[in-house]
Amino acid sequence: MPPIVSVRDLTKTYKGGFTALSGVTLDIEEGEIIALLGPNGAGKTTLISTICGITMPSGGVVEVGGHDVVRDWRRARDLIGLVPQEIALEPFSTVWNNVRFTRGLYDRPRDDAHLERLLRDLSLWEKRDAKVMELSGGMKRRVLIAKALSHGPRVLFLDEPTAGVDVELRRDMWRVVARLREEGVTIILTTHYIEEAEAIADRIGVISKGRIMLVERTADLMARLGRKELRIELTEPVAEIPEGLRREGLARTDDGGALVYTYDTHASRTGITALLADLQAAGLQLADLSTSASSLEDIFVGLVKEDTV
Amino acid sequence: MNFGAISAIYRAEMARFFRTLLQSFVSPVISTSLYFVVFGAAIGSRMDQVEGVDYAAFIIPGLIMLSVMTQATSNASFAIYFPKFIGTIYEYLSAPISFLEVTLGFVGAAATKALFIGLVILATSFLFVDFTILHPLAMLAFLFLTCISFALLGFIIGIWAKNFEQLQLIPLLVITPLVFLGGSFYSISMLPPAWQVVTRFNPVVYLISGFRWSFFGQADVPIGVSLAAIALFTAICLGIIWLIFRTGWRIRQ
Repeated sequence: MPPIVSVRDLTKTYKGGFTALSGVTLDIEEGEIIALLGPNGAGKTTLISTICGITMPSGGVVEVGGHDVVRDWRRARDLIGLVPQEIALEPFSTVWNNVRFTRGLYDRPRDDAHLERLLRDLSLWEKRDAKVMELSGGMKRRVLIAKALSHGPRVLFLDEPTAGVDVELRRDMWRVVARLREEGVTIILTTHYIEEAEAIADRIGVISKGRIMLVERTADLMARLGRKELRIELTEPVAEIPEGLRREGLARTDDGGALVYTYDTHASRTGITALLADLQAAGLQLADLSTSASSLEDIFVGLVKEDTV
Repeated sequence: MNFGAISAIYRAEMARFFRTLLQSFVSPVISTSLYFVVFGAAIGSRMDQVEGVDYAAFIIPGLIMLSVMTQATSNASFAIYFPKFIGTIYEYLSAPISFLEVTLGFVGAAATKALFIGLVILATSFLFVDFTILHPLAMLAFLFLTCISFALLGFIIGIWAKNFEQLQLIPLLVITPLVFLGGSFYSISMLPPAWQVVTRFNPVVYLISGFRWSFFGQADVPIGVSLAAIALFTAICLGIIWLIFRTGWRIRQ
């Protein structure tokens, strides 16, 4: 099956001379959820804006559903819904009219049932007759999402949808995302909440300085780069790691009350068994053991750091 | 052609108009009434007829034009500037709509509002002055063309403007003086000969003259010239808009 979104050697240089994208190539499969991670100014928003038609590409080709976004823009844009990063809504109009307006822009016939379901899903139904300016920030963000879904897009772009929103909205949003996934809608999101990308995305792309650093299946990425930490709480603090225990990856906490062992989950030998045996030999009493996986955040910070060095 | 989008934009703009009905209708009516009181009753009573028409009646076409031109311009410029200002412009850029469709929606709505206001002022005039319109169809056609062409001009200003000051600049600095100097309240023939020549370069003269002809059957310039002038003005505005859309100037980076 051809990719629903295909980006080839996309470059974008703004009039001021700033190059936001320098050769991005990315294929997005229909029905997948892909998360784009990257520091501020990496080019995430420019990439989304260029696919959606808000900015014009300087070079390269972008196709959505097989339609070139520059030459066949009408058909390409027809498939897309966009939730922008910044809240931008007509303040004097009601929630209902705001959402209906967007549906109209996409030349869809009036469908009150669809809009009602959308507003109910996003807990906006009670507020349908309220003016947008009377809503809280979180509610406005819900309206943005409702607008983006008003015409039933096949591809949904969420540009940092959870930046500064409360837990409840995030839960509602992911519920909507889950339903859209069942309907086969492709979702592209950018986020700073890396756990979130880890939790909901099928694939993760990392962007830095206008380049895609990597795109990989979330599980593969976690596995490939995933490291775990074993934390060993001691009954008696130690002043330093005993001679016979010292090895790579083992460190003492500042207060000496615990030892932290970092290991690779995919190495042929993790070294845990040996460590535990040596602990016993050294005569240390264990109070507790816990393990934690290093988050995508660590991976991401590592990648971007390597790039900047 | 995405007619759904044109109609959505048009209806949203008209909804804004009716939300602010008081400002939209009442203020032009009040200011026109003031003009009638000051120019018509106070000054007009001390004046003879102008070219065979009572002065109070003579100023009606100019008064309507004054309001219609400023309203069409400011409505259209604000309508397209506002989405740029609050950021909702992203919707117009990412939706499957062409610039032509965006223009039709916004300019159509701004022209409709101006037309409404023009007709309301005309109705108000009947309360103050007794007069008949010689060529009602021509009058409507002139009114209609003026609404459209000045809404186009306003649309260009709205795209060009980077802040609210610039948005006010052209209407305040250019349109109002041109209208006042364009024979709204006097006949061009009343001016000294040198100024009559200067006035020929004011495009508004042709509009008001043609419009006045449709009321009273007499004009400062031939009616054909008036029509040609308004057609030229509309064509220039359309050309500029076409250029803006080709290049995405101040809209799409």
